[in-house]
Amino acid sequence: MEQPEQNIATGLQQPEPAAQIQAPPVAEPQAPAAPQPQMMPSDSGDLVFDVEKVSCYYSAFRAVTDVSLSIHENEITAFIGPSGCGKTTVLRTLNRMNDLVPGARVEGDIRYRGASLYGKDVSPIAVRRRIGMVFQKPNPFPKSIYDNVAYGPRINGERNKRKLDEIVEHSLQQAALWDEVKDRLNKSGLGLSGGQAQRLCIARTLAVEPDVVLMDEPCSALDPIATGRIEDLMREIKSRYTIVIVTHNMQQATRVSDRTAFYSVLRNEESDTRTGVLVEYGRTQQIFEDPHDERTKAYVTGRMG
Amino acid sequence: MSTVTQQAGPAVPAGPARPLSERRPLGDRTFQIIALASGLLVLVILVLIAVSTTQQSSSWFTTEGWGIFGKTWNPAANQFGALAFIYGTAITSVIALVMAVPVSVGIALLLTEVVPYRWARPIVYVIDLLAVVPSVVWGLWGILVFAPWIQHIYSDIGSAVKGVPVLGALFGPPTSGPSFFTAGIILAFMITPIITSLSREVIATVPAIDKEGAYALGATRMEMITGAVWPHSKGGITGAVLLGLGRAMGETIAAALVIGSSAQITSHLFAPGYNMPAVIANQFGEATGEFRAALIGLGVLLFAFTIIINVIARAIVGRSAEQGTA
Amino acid sequence: MAAITEPQLGPNLQEPTGWRRSKNRIATVLMVLSFVLVIIPLVFVLYTVIAKGISIISWQFLTSPIPPQVAPADEGGIGPAVLGTIEITAIAALMAVPLGILGAIYLNEYGGKGVLARLIGFFSDVMTGVPSIVMGLFLFSIWVLHFGFSGFAGALALACLMLPIVIRSTDEMLKLVPNPLREGSYALGATKARVTITVVLPAAIGGIVSGALLAIARAAGETAPLLFTILTVTAANPNVFSGANTAIPSQIFANATSPYPGAQGRAWGAALTLIAIAFVLMIVARFITARFTRYSR
Repeated sequence: MEQPEQNIATGLQQPEPAAQIQAPPVAEPQAPAAPQPQMMPSDSGDLVFDVEKVSCYYSAFRAVTDVSLSIHENEITAFIGPSGCGKTTVLRTLNRMNDLVPGARVEGDIRYRGASLYGKDVSPIAVRRRIGMVFQKPNPFPKSIYDNVAYGPRINGERNKRKLDEIVEHSLQQAALWDEVKDRLNKSGLGLSGGQAQRLCIARTLAVEPDVVLMDEPCSALDPIATGRIEDLMREIKSRYTIVIVTHNMQQATRVSDRTAFYSVLRNEESDTRTGVLVEYGRTQQIFEDPHDERTKAYVTGRMG
Repeated sequence: MSTVTQQAGPAVPAGPARPLSERRPLGDRTFQIIALASGLLVLVILVLIAVSTTQQSSSWFTTEGWGIFGKTWNPAANQFGALAFIYGTAITSVIALVMAVPVSVGIALLLTEVVPYRWARPIVYVIDLLAVVPSVVWGLWGILVFAPWIQHIYSDIGSAVKGVPVLGALFGPPTSGPSFFTAGIILAFMITPIITSLSREVIATVPAIDKEGAYALGATRMEMITGAVWPHSKGGITGAVLLGLGRAMGETIAAALVIGSSAQITSHLFAPGYNMPAVIANQFGEATGEFRAALIGLGVLLFAFTIIINVIARAIVGRSAEQGTA
Repeated sequence: MAAITEPQLGPNLQEPTGWRRSKNRIATVLMVLSFVLVIIPLVFVLYTVIAKGISIISWQFLTSPIPPQVAPADEGGIGPAVLGTIEITAIAALMAVPLGILGAIYLNEYGGKGVLARLIGFFSDVMTGVPSIVMGLFLFSIWVLHFGFSGFAGALALACLMLPIVIRSTDEMLKLVPNPLREGSYALGATKARVTITVVLPAAIGGIVSGALLAIARAAGETAPLLFTILTVTAANPNVFSGANTAIPSQIFANATSPYPGAQGRAWGAALTLIAIAFVLMIVARFITARFTRYSR
């Protein structure tokens, strides 16, 4: 096991000498008590994220309680659960988008390839350049299609026109949009249909070559055909990226994801508050066919009838 | 150990693998500082205005003391009592408000409650056109066209009410085209756009459910306005009126041209008069020493009055906007 | 929303009669009357200015030197004043517009609900109510007394007038930019400055520019601030930074009190020029707003 001064994976300068150093995949300990969700032994690839007892607060309100899970490389992990259970909140902690909300706070530890994501010296900007995000409602910039995709590389310092052309084409191809727009790259991104706009946003995210792509209900604003294309896209690019997707659609989770995390809402009768909890996390097949927790069972069977 | 990115496409480097811990880029911080400084400029300028003008006029304040409110303004005799101008400012502003407020509120209600959407745009254009006429053009038209024309009306009214108890004092002779009243009318034209547009904004914050509630009870439009719109907007409209007052008080050039340039305190509204901004504009050219200090001092008074009025007005408008949408 | 008038079956559904109805009608009439009352002077002013000015205006008028006041109307023109207005207003805009935009960026993107931001925003609004004559006296006290009269001093005064207007209108425009656009930019790893400059500003630029144009139109027509800063002269002075200068509104003011018909005629011509400038700027501003503000699908 090396003792690098600089972690090659993340390029993180080790802030504290006693910090954890990235190790090869380790067997996860079994979770102790009942409220804790089952942890799966990692049996494939590296851990990209290691989330440990994370709670998220918006000012005094505790939105999510004690979430622990790990995201594996080159897999699609789905977060499912009813509304208000904190799945999007957890997702947004993975690329520090919650930093933008005043009063938002994260407790617990989130490690990205071994380095603490919320460490003292960590720059959210650098985080987001590695961990991209696609939003629920497509949000193309009011710029041309080309400029939308080229935006990320440009702010990273890429100026060479030919390189940018290559990046734009490659990204749009990965997003399965190239053929439809290659003749109108100068047209405004606002003029695309919903499904196209979302693929544009995906292309835009891929253009900076992130390590991870987070998707917050990317298909909920789209029609079934557009949804299908994006699901194809996800399967296609998964070998090059790690994907975490929040979805309301359980069939979607079964179609595309390798692992699934089921969240639910915990109601505190006394204080009349609700908070999100992670109920169960495991391989998708297991979650849907043989859920361990009663609540999981109720959710997945209730919906599928 | 895995690498950060695995590329299947052309080998396009994403730049050197930057550390996750970057200090905040210098450009980002600089930009924030520049933006903050620009914002602070507003406060700085306001303070500088107060300080520099007070400094320049301090000799007037210290020499006259409370005499700044004296009745006699005679530069030749070194007497600088400003009461006549304060009076003139008050009178012309009141006249302007009395005429402008009902009209402005009426138009605001017209636009928000009466007129179908398609007609609203042209009406707003007209109001904008009114707003865009520069003060000096109002003054030019006022002195060369309007004042001579209205002079006849004044003298007719004047001779008609001569001797009548209250009316005679207000509207009796002496009359003159350039006068308090003429200045008041022109000021009314000029402050209408601002009162109208602010009243519109205020009325727009009235919750639709309140209006619908009134209609649902079978109210006519006027009844809905008095019952649902007015209670919500009266605060804000008061604020809008105050802002109009501030504008009227400070409006210089139009007043300077049509007010008659005669420093006197009289109840006769059709008589020539003077107000603060007009005397400053008209007499500054020849002023030196304490004369000039006195004129700048009038400016300080004007600044103080308008700031106070604006602060109160904005506080009211801001507060009622919040309450309206609560 | 008038009541429905049904044929006489069942309950009486006719409009309220008598006093209620009259009150409503009268109110409506009064409101329409208010509008008419406002159109009348506007039409008169515009008509007079156009009628009296149109015969004076010509390219020659706009470029010829300023003659003595006694000269007949068709002699000379307002050339120096046009030059002065263009230069002085341009410099004022160059100062006020960028600073105003930056100030609005602070208010909207950085300041948020903080005390300082609310203070700046509040006093920005208050500052729009400061009389223009006070700005003139201010610049006189703080600049002219040390550096003499100049077009630049006038530009400073106009810039002080424009600053809060630009801040307010830009702030409104920035507020309209939808947050998902900012989020999309942040998610790609942009710093706040980058997000603001590369996404927010371009999205709002239509409204910002049109707001700036309206502020410029307002500044171009102002006379009072210039009275104390440029010391109206009749000779052309292309050097904005030293020496007295003149501008179109200043000339109008000077000629308005003149007994000579020639001078008055030139005043009308100048007034028409000023109104035309303001009008053109207003129209361009509307056009830009209509064409260039679109933020999301």
